Order: sequence, then C-alpha cells, then structure tokens
Amino acid sequence: MALKIVKGSIDRMFDKNLQDLVRGIRNHKEDEAKYISTCIDEIKQELKQDNIAVKANAVCKLTYLQMLGYDVSWAAFNIVEVMSSSKFTYKRIGYLAASQCFHESTDVIMLTTNQIRKDLSSPNQYDTGVALTGLSCFVTPDLARDLANDIMTLMSHTKPYIRKKAVLIMYKVFLKYPESLRPAFPRLKEKLEDPDPGVQSAAVNVICELARRNPKNYLSLAPLFFKLMTSSTNNWVLIKIIKLFGALTPLEPRLGKKLIEPLTNLIHSTSAMSLLYECVNTVIAVLISLSSGMPNHSASIQLCVQKLRILIEDSDQNCEPSVNACMKYLGLLAMSKILKTHPKSVQSHKDLILQCLDDKDESIRLRALDLLYGMVSKKNLMEIVKKLMLHVDKAEGTTYRDELLTKIIDICSQSNYQYITNFEWYISILVELTRLEGTRHGHLIASQMLDVAIRVKAIRVFAVAQMATLLDNAHLLTGNVQRKGICEVLYAAAWICGEFSEHLDNPTQTLEAMLRPKVATLPGHIQAVYVQNAAKLFATVLKSQEGNTDSTAAQETSQLMIDRLPLFVQSANLEVQERASCILQLVKYIQKLQQKDVEIAEEVIALFAGELNPVAPKAQKKVPVPEGLDLDAWINEPPSESESEDEQPRAIFAKEEPKHSRPRHTEVDEKELAKRREARKQEQANNPFYIKSSPSSQKVYQEAPGVEHIPVVQIDLSVPLKVPGLPMSDQYVKLEEERRQKDRADKKKKEKKKRKEKRSGRGKRHDSGPESEEDITPAHMVDIVTEEMPENALPSDDDDKDPNDPHKALDIDLDNLMEMAGRRPLADSEKLPVRSHRAAEVLKSPAQDGDAESAASQEPKKKSSKEKREKKKDKDRDRKKSKEDKKKKKKHKHEEKGEDLLGGQAEEPVVQSEATSEVAAPPTSTTAEVSDLDFWLSNAPVPSNTQEAATVVAAAEAAPTSEVASGTAPDSEPDEPKDTETEETKSSKHKKKKQKKEKEEKEKKKKKKHHHHHHHSDGGGEESVQNGTVEEEEPLPPMSNYCLLAENSYIKMMMEDADKVNDIQGNLQDGSQVVVSVIFENKCDSFLKSMEFNVLDSLNSKLQRPEGSGPHDGLTVPFQLPPGVSNEARFVFTMQSIITPQKLKGTLTFIVKNEDSSTHEKLDFKLHFTCTSYLISTPCYSDAFAKLLESGDLKCSSVKLEGVVMPFHHLLARICFRHHFSVVERIDSCASMYSRSIQDHHVCLLVKTSGQTVSIDAKCDEPTLLGNVLDEIKQTFSQC
Amino acid sequence: MIKAILIFNNHGKPRLSKFYEHYNEDTEQQIIRETFHLVSKRDENVCNFLEGGMLIGGSDYKLIYRHYATLYFVFCVDSSESELGILDLIQVFVETLDKCFENVCELDLIFHVDKVHNILAEMVMGGMVLETNMNEIITQVDAQNKMEKSEVSLTLFDIYS
Repeated sequence: MALKIVKGSIDRMFDKNLQDLVRGIRNHKEDEAKYISTCIDEIKQELKQDNIAVKANAVCKLTYLQMLGYDVSWAAFNIVEVMSSSKFTYKRIGYLAASQCFHESTDVIMLTTNQIRKDLSSPNQYDTGVALTGLSCFVTPDLARDLANDIMTLMSHTKPYIRKKAVLIMYKVFLKYPESLRPAFPRLKEKLEDPDPGVQSAAVNVICELARRNPKNYLSLAPLFFKLMTSSTNNWVLIKIIKLFGALTPLEPRLGKKLIEPLTNLIHSTSAMSLLYECVNTVIAVLISLSSGMPNHSASIQLCVQKLRILIEDSDQNCEPSVNACMKYLGLLAMSKILKTHPKSVQSHKDLILQCLDDKDESIRLRALDLLYGMVSKKNLMEIVKKLMLHVDKAEGTTYRDELLTKIIDICSQSNYQYITNFEWYISILVELTRLEGTRHGHLIASQMLDVAIRVKAIRVFAVAQMATLLDNAHLLTGNVQRKGICEVLYAAAWICGEFSEHLDNPTQTLEAMLRPKVATLPGHIQAVYVQNAAKLFATVLKSQEGNTDSTAAQETSQLMIDRLPLFVQSANLEVQERASCILQLVKYIQKLQQKDVEIAEEVIALFAGELNPVAPKAQKKVPVPEGLDLDAWINEPPSESESEDEQPRAIFAKEEPKHSRPRHTEVDEKELAKRREARKQEQANNPFYIKSSPSSQKVYQEAPGVEHIPVVQIDLSVPLKVPGLPMSDQYVKLEEERRQKDRADKKKKEKKKRKEKRSGRGKRHDSGPESEEDITPAHMVDIVTEEMPENALPSDDDDKDPNDPHKALDIDLDNLMEMAGRRPLADSEKLPVRSHRAAEVLKSPAQDGDAESAASQEPKKKSSKEKREKKKDKDRDRKKSKEDKKKKKKHKHEEKGEDLLGGQAEEPVVQSEATSEVAAPPTSTTAEVSDLDFWLSNAPVPSNTQEAATVVAAAEAAPTSEVASGTAPDSEPDEPKDTETEETKSSKHKKKKQKKEKEEKEKKKKKKHHHHHHHSDGGGEESVQNGTVEEEEPLPPMSNYCLLAENSYIKMMMEDADKVNDIQGNLQDGSQVVVSVIFENKCDSFLKSMEFNVLDSLNSKLQRPEGSGPHDGLTVPFQLPPGVSNEARFVFTMQSIITPQKLKGTLTFIVKNEDSSTHEKLDFKLHFTCTSYLISTPCYSDAFAKLLESGDLKCSSVKLEGVVMPFHHLLARICFRHHFSVVERIDSCASMYSRSIQDHHVCLLVKTSGQTVSIDAKCDEPTLLGNVLDEIKQTFSQC
Repeated sequence: MIKAILIFNNHGKPRLSKFYEHYNEDTEQQIIRETFHLVSKRDENVCNFLEGGMLIGGSDYKLIYRHYATLYFVFCVDSSESELGILDLIQVFVETLDKCFENVCELDLIFHVDKVHNILAEMVMGGMVLETNMNEIITQVDAQNKMEKSEVSLTLFDIYS
C-alpha cells in the first residue's frame, strides 16, 4: 500500500502540471483541439488515481481548460473529492474549480453540504475563507437553506477576515433563500458598525444591494447610514452609501433635505473624482425628489452643474486620456439627469454639449445627443438640428448615423412638435433625411411625414408638393439595393399625394409617376398603397379634367389607368392584386360611362370622400365596454350563406376605419361598391362607437377655414422642388430668422403705436416679444394638440414589473423587525434551520463568538429564552397594544412620535437581553434614533445632533430674547451618535478607563461633521415645526436650535448648539472637543467681508486655531455675505475640564463694504457652554445600568422639582432632548436614564413623579458635574 | 454587483474569466469574444465605459475596462457600482498583481491563472467587492501562499521519508 502511494507520488512527478499544459497548448497552435483532447484523456487517467495530489493537479488543469471553453462538468465529482482534501492547497484548487463550473443544476452539489459546513467551522481561517469564496459562486437554494445558520454564526467570528466574507455572502444566501433575510437582518445591521472597516464595508455593500431593489424597506436605516456617511473616510463605503441615498430620496423627500448639506460639503472637500461624481449624482436625485421653488437649492444645482462642467471640459494632464474621456462621459450622463428637472441650468452649457458632438468617442457623442433632446427650445431648434444634419453628413458608421437620425426626429417631434415653429422646414428636413444611404429608419421618417401631413392642415400643400417630388424621383430611393429601408418613405409619399391630391399642382404627372412599371419592384405593402392612392388621384384628375371642354384628356387618363393597372393585377402580393383588380374594373366601368359622355367625376370622388381624423394609438382600447353590451353576441341572426370575410387591409384602411372589419364580396361591381360605401357611411353615422369623421365632404373641406392657415410666408419652391435631393432646409433657418425679426419689428411698431387690436387674417402671428421663448410663434399650428381620445376613455397604466425578478422575493418588511417593539417578532417558523442531525461530528470552532451559540445546543435554549421573553413581555404587551391601536388612528402624529421614541427606548433593554440569549432573534442595536425614522426625519430642519449645548448670553440688547430662546427650546436627540454602543455595553470598565487616558492625550484635528440646520428667527417658542400638523393634545413642545448670540444693525449671529465631536468607532480621543455652529446673517444692504471670529481663550477652554497661528489670532470666517444672505460656520473648542459650565467672551470683526465706502465694524458676544452640552446621549442596557449602580463608585445627589404639570413622557422627552439622556427603562411613573460625558463620566438618573412633584435621584462619578447638570435640569423645568 | 471579470490579450485570447452568474461554456466563450470585439476596436483615448447592451444582463449593465500593455481588464457591472470606483478597483487589481508577481506581465497570467484567481478572490467575492485595500489583499494572499508552501514541503517530506 505504502509503495503504491509512493509510486503514485512519483508518477505525479512526471505528470504535466498546469504550466506544462499551458506550454503544450502554446506549442501546438496548429492542432490545439487535438492536443487538448489528448490532455483531457490524460487528466481522466489522473483523476482515476487514488493520490489526492494527482487529482488536484488534474482538477487544476481542468479549471484552465474550462476557461478555454471546454465543458468539464463530467469531473464534478472529482472536484468535490479535491474540495474535501484536508490540505489547504488542494482544497483551494477544488473550491476554485467548483466556483468556475458548478451551478444550480450540478447534481453533486448536494454532496457538498456537509463538507462545506465542516470547512466553515474549520479552525483555520483560510479554510473557512476559501469555502465562503467558493460558496458565493455556486450557492443553491438548498445550500443556502442548510448553511444559512452557519454563515450567520460566522458573521460574529472573531477574525474580521471571516466576518467580512460571511457578511458579504449573506446577500447570496438571501437571494437563494429569502426566508433567511428577516432572522439575519439584525445581525447584518449590527455589522454596519463593526470596528473593522472591511466588515463595515461588506455590510454596507450587502444592505445597499438589498435596498437598491426594495428601497422602501430600508428607509428606516437612513439615520444609521447618515451617521456612517458623516463619519466614514472610506471612499468605497461612502460611494455605496451615497448611491443608496440616491435610491432612497425619491421615497422620502425629507431625507433629501437632510442630505443636501453634507453632500455639498463632500463635493467641496473630496479630491476623489469617483466620490465627487456620486455626490453630484445623489444631490441631483435629491433635487429631483424635492419640489422646486426652494431657493437654497438653486445654489446646489448650480454647484452640481458647475462641477459637471469641469468634469466634462477639463482634461487632467496627469490622467490617461481615456480616464478623462470617462469623466466627460459621466459628466454628460449626470447632466442629462439634471436636465429633466432643471433644464434651464443645463441649457446655458449648450456650447459645451454641442462641442461634445465632435468628440471622437462615440459613447460621448451619444450622451451629448441625449442631452440635446432636452435642451431644444423654439429658439434654438433649427440651429441644433442644422448642426445635427451636418453631423449626419459626416458620420461614418451607420449605427451612429441612424442614431443621429432618430434623435433628430425625436427632438423635433417631442411633445407634439412643441418646438417646431415652421413645419415646412421640418418636412424639408425629413425629405433630406431620405437621402441617407442605408438607413434602417425609413418607416420612422415615413410615419413622421404622415403624422405631420395629417395633423398640420396648413402644411398639406407644401407636403404634397414635396411628396410628389419624392414620388417623381422614386428611382433615386429605390435604385440601390442598400436603400431598401428608405423606400418606406414612398409609402408615406404615395398616401399623402393620394389623400390630399386636391393640393397637387400637377396630379396627372404624379399619377403617372405612381403607375410606373418600376413600382412593381417595391415591397408589396407599398405597392398596395400606390394602387389605392392612384385611384384617389385618378378621381381628382377626372374632376379637374371633366370641367374642360375637351373630354379626351379625361379619357386618356382612364386609358393610362387601364394600361398600367394590369401590372399590379398580376402581382404576387394578394393585397396589391386585390386592390388593383377592383380598381381596374372600376376604371373600366368609368371609361364606358365616359364614352357615353356621362359626367361621373363627382361620383368617383365620393368614393374617397370624408375627412380623416387622427386617432390616438390606444384610443379604442381605452373606451370601456358599455354596460349590458355583449360584444360576442350576435346582433342579427347569422346569415345562412357563407360570406367570405377578408382580413382588414392593415395599412391605409386601418387609419380610415380604425375598427371596422366588414364582410366583403370578392366580386363587387361598381354600383354595388358605391352603394355599399353609402350604406357603410350610414351605418357609421349611426354607430356610437365609430369615431366620427367630420361631416364635411372633400369639397366642403376645401373651403373649410383650414385653408386660411396655409402658410403666409411665401417660399420660392421652384428650386428645391426641381432639383430633388439638394439640401434645402437650411434656407428655412434664414427665413425663420427673418420671420421672427419681422414679428419682432411688428411688435415693436405696434407697441409704439399702442394699438391693441388684433391683426386680422394672420392668426398665427400673434404678438411676440423680442426675446422670450414663448414669444416665438410657430408658423403652423399642430391642429390636434392632444392625442385624440374618445369620450369616456379611461386612463390606463401599463406599468408592469418583471415577475421573474429574483429580488421580488426579498421585498420583505424589515421595519417591524428592527423596531422590535414586539410588534412582529420572528416567528418560530422564520428562524433559520439549525442542523440537528449529526451535530456531534461537526467540529466546533473555538473561534466562535460567545453570543453565537453553538447551534447544536440551540434547541433547548431557544425554549428557555422564549419563556423568559414571554414573561418579560407580558407587561409590555398591554402597553404596546394600546399604543398600536392609537397608531392605527394616526391622528396625532406628533404625539405618537414622542411616545414611540420613548417607548422604543424603554423597551430596549428587554430586546437586548433577548438578543444575546437567542441567536436567531435580532440582537442589539435598537436605539431611539433608528426605531423611529419619522422622528428623525421630522427633525430634518433641525440639526441632527445634540442641542443647545451652550445657552447663550448674548450682547446686552439681545439678552432677554436669548433667555427665552434657551428656555423654550428643547431639542431632540435622535441622531446623536450612539457610538460604541455595542462594545461599550459589553466592554469592561477597564477599557473605558483606558480610553479616558487616551482621550486626555493630545486631541486630534477636528473631524468633519455635518449638520443640518434650520433657521429659526428667534427662540422659536411658538413654532410648531413638523409636518405642519397641529397637535390637539399633549403636543411635544416645539424645538429650535438656534439662539441669538449677538446682533447689531449690520449682522446677526445665531448660535446652534454645541456638539461633541465623536468618532463613530467610539474613539474618544476627540472627546473633549465641542463644535459650535454659528449662523451669520447679513441684515444690512451692504456687502460684509473679511469676517474674523475670535474668542478670548480661558485656561480651560480654547478655540481651536489652525496650526501656526498664535493663541490670540482670530479665525477667518470662510465666506463673505452679500446683503440678506446668511451662512453658517463652525468653530471647534477644546475643553480641559468639563465639570463646570464655561463662558467665553468673543469678538467678531468685519468690513462693511458699500459702493463708495468700506468701514470696519465689530460685534462682541459671549458663548456659554453648559455642563449638559458635554453629555452624550448613550443607550445603556438595563443590566449594564444595574451593574453601574451597584459598583459603588458613584456619588449620589438628588433634586426635587415642584409644580411640574407636563405628562411624564414629555418630561422624559425633555430631559432626553435638552440634557442628552437616554431612557434605560421606564416603569409606569418611574424611569431610569443614562448619559455619558465626553470625558466618560457616567451620569445615571432615577426620575419619579407623583402628582406635580418630580424627584430626581442622580448618581455620577464626578459630583461637581452632577451638581451642575442637576442645576441645569432644574432650571429647564423652572422655566416652563 | 459585478457580473463578470474578464482578462484577455490584444488578440482576444482569454487570460482569466470569472463569471459571477452561470453561463454554459459556449455562452461564456461567446461573451468573451463579443466583449473583445467591442473593446478592441475602441481608440486608446476614448472613454472606458461601454453600455453592455445585450451582452450580459441588458441595459442596466456596463462594461468598464482598462487596457494595460497587452492585456484588457474588463469588468461587467450593473448600475449599483460606481463607474469611477470600478476603474480604481481595476487599478488596485493590477497593482496587486504587479506586487504579487513582481513586475507582472502577460506570461505570469498565462502560466499562473490559478494564482490570479486567488488574488481576485480576496478582492471580489460572488460579484461583490470584498476589499479595496491593496496591503490587506497582499497580506491575505501571502499568508495563504505561505500555508501552501509549508504543506508542499510536508508532502515532499512524506514522499521521501
């Protein structure tokens, strides 16, 4: 046996390895296939050996061959064998092969479940990693179901390398096994705040993928993502989040408002083009989602457009040219998004976009074309199309040229030819387009010609003349084989000439052109139209000739028809044949009558009488079937004799008689035909469903007022008409220019004379102003402006989603889950399947996390934890029920929000403890902010973080106001970073102390943090901010964030709360920094510039100044203020000790600049930092809270408040809002609250209420701080 | 999501193909051929994005590629990926290859496609970007290679003892 192994190994020495195989293939270029087939035979031999090394080598080679296109699925079992090798080297080869060629229908996949499970729990992290990587490529629904729980366990692995892979693969698991989403989601969400950036990035990735498909389910995560966005420095993560926000904003415009500012800041600050671009994109999405009319946003749009312009036009010398081209492309792409909502902003960059049409890159040209579509106006349409026509001539590839052609037509025809002022010009353009070689879009041009000719009555004369020319020169269109596509326009030309034949100058000539033998080479459907319209033409010709004394002309025409039609009677095309034979018989009959000198022209013309009304394409479909009408029932008894029912000719008749299919005899003689026609007309007149034609006959029509609309601008058509195929649309540009000038001149004259009467007879030339777009009057009107709809047509929506979209299954409501207020906890059936069999043989990984229970022992535990939960919940449940009932009413939105917030917090500990004891239950991370998105969003106008940290003592005059302001301005705390939430609670005190030490070291530079601010002109005492709803009872007090700092006749300074800057990771090195936002508002009519903000530092608090500047230098405010404008600046302060409140004196100096003078001014102010401004609302679990209280390190103090009349939950809310506490637990009229200072002092409160007395017992490890905080709380309540 | 990652040379010979969605071998080859056809006829200094059309997945998909010397690196991605981000990612990929192979050239990819796969696996997993930090990628790749080496020497020891 041993010998065999050695032999096998030695054999292996002589086997080809991958390199040999590759080399061999390269040496056998001529007979590669043959060589490879011998190699495959060798591989098959190798796979039969017992030695795993040999097998692995063979599989490795197979992987290579697979890449070359060879099917290797036959070796699937061997691949599984190699996968299960205990050696990492072979395992990796096996998994790689599997990931390349396994898929859902590979049957051996079933065999891998246990092997993969074993690898997942391997002590070697790379075994696990390789298994996860492989699985991500070939996971099936079965594998996903069986392994979901194992993978979920790995999400809490100690090694970040495993965690990030496990998190990422969850997306694949969700796709294959959607039931796993709900149970896994809480943990996934938790990973958004993982300390490892890679894991965090993976979680963001997965949630973004999920949210992209079903964005509404993820709206509630917005606060969390917002926090990540303002704290993360990983561009990849930022891009993902920003893209996600782009998908979320359309669903929630309030979110957009919150986003604008941080995004704008990112746009200004980032150097990464990719990030910049995504920011711009999302800002655009936000602006689209917001209703217009918000003045602030025009600035954002301008910023975007401006940045995009730079992207488009700038070539960075350091970049490869192709990358610059990419920027250009993306810039144009984003521009087209802006264009939809803010066309004006883009239109000013027309030059740039036209320039891009000349780019050598086709992608860029196509993008520019897309943009042009939205940029046209009446004013510039002709000019733009002229440019495009030039490009058509220059264009090389047919694809691009066809694209140009369709774009030209799109641009011109958009919104009912809205921008076309001169239809003669348009017809000329269409005619010019017919000269394109080899275009596939003949039918497009044809339908445009038809549409315009039918709908713009005034243009018919011109159109008919042009079409006659086209017909005359049909050989130019059909001559070349390549021109197949374009002959479609002849269809339109023939029809127009026939239908509107009364406008023809020389109908006989056109008739002759239509009956040329060459016509027989055209496609059948076109010939059919030719024949039919020849008949119409014939009628017209007859009529004109009958008036004459000489009857021979008329007879000659009949003879011409009789001579030429037999050619069509012989046509192989049924349609042509049928029509031709009918008409031939008809003409023969007419000829007979002519010979008897009977005047028949009127009767012949009656054949084609009736005007045509356009009908919208879906008009018929939209008419509902009237009640009681059964369309399938016979109205009369079916006739006994069989009538041959012809199919309705599709082409022209379909237009005339949109829905009639009537029985026809094949042999119809002339009289009967006429009779039938008459009868049909009668029938139609009585038919309520027939879309009636106007009663006017053709004769009437000729005299109809439409004639007056014939264009007044007289154009010498002789040249273009006689030299067909010459470009002639150009002259219209000139003519149009003249026309407009004339219009303008007229207008001016008129204005001078102050005559107000309307100008007679020239209805189309209304008053026109010199410049504005609306004033450019069209030379012709589109007669039917809206699409013709029959009465009582129903609006229909044709939206339908792809039912096969795999992401549909993932449209799972996760909100309930996340709120976890027990509304819809995971049902037992929803828990992930846990392997129960053979559990013992599975290696338990020592690396597994504590809270990730060994799955084998999970079953019993689940029960016990369930019991526990049951008990705990009993109490809550009643309360919740009533709350839910309330919610359903949804009447008092605000109140509900307030309650929710508190409720969420109060229940939190319960949730937490459940979570830790139960794997499948959602763990942790339910905080107030997430639990109520509405609340977070409703605060959109209010800064997201913190509150009136420093009450402000303003300059003397403003003092009373500011006091009121600070007194009545409670604030919300929904977005306060609950950093370190997870670790914090788990971590020991020891860790915290360590952090404390770190923090007291040198502070880092200011971290970027973005806030939203809303401008409340004064304390905002009376304002009710949210949603405009008025609360009827128990409203939460309104909030404001800005208080007046100082004010004089030039400038007003408003101060927003101070914020503590905290890294999301709980890195407290920055912990003793406070950020103050100040709004500067220019109150005077002059320009304010060179503003400098300076504060006299105290020993304890210092304004953070840029490096290199002295301790007394002021900070330049980074903007200037035009009159009436306000802007915000932030200043960072460093605090040594935070146990007492701080006051700082400061001065603002600035220059007031008028047109003629400029003066220096200054304004003094005082900043007041309260102790509560150093507190950070931090969620705390009840058990941790209890431990804290037991520890005995805390000093005790208490305070009593008398005469507090507000409801208890308002009281709590107020403490939360104003003093940065969070509720740990609330039981009836008693609540425990917790907060933490930026220097890590714990502050615990026990708030009890009885009647109007509120007693607060407080504990803190720093008695001075505690005393001050309590004083401030007392003050808050004494003011109300 | 990334749908596929393809590397082929100036003549369209595949050097690596990684599909994150299943296609049969013939379709894969056809996609590679068509992609090569699309990409190779483009000028050097035109933009690196191509709207995929019917190639993979339809209109939501884009081809994002870069051309390095004799090789094209093509990523087929959907609209959830940032175009410029992917361009950067390709750069990271190539730089990582350069570090791992020490001045990478086409021959390295030809003879060590398995290694390239292993490197790629540390960057992109199941169509989603796993890691963008080059040092982290290299650390993990090196650690695994080390493990492999120790196993190989063990194997040799087994054989000859």
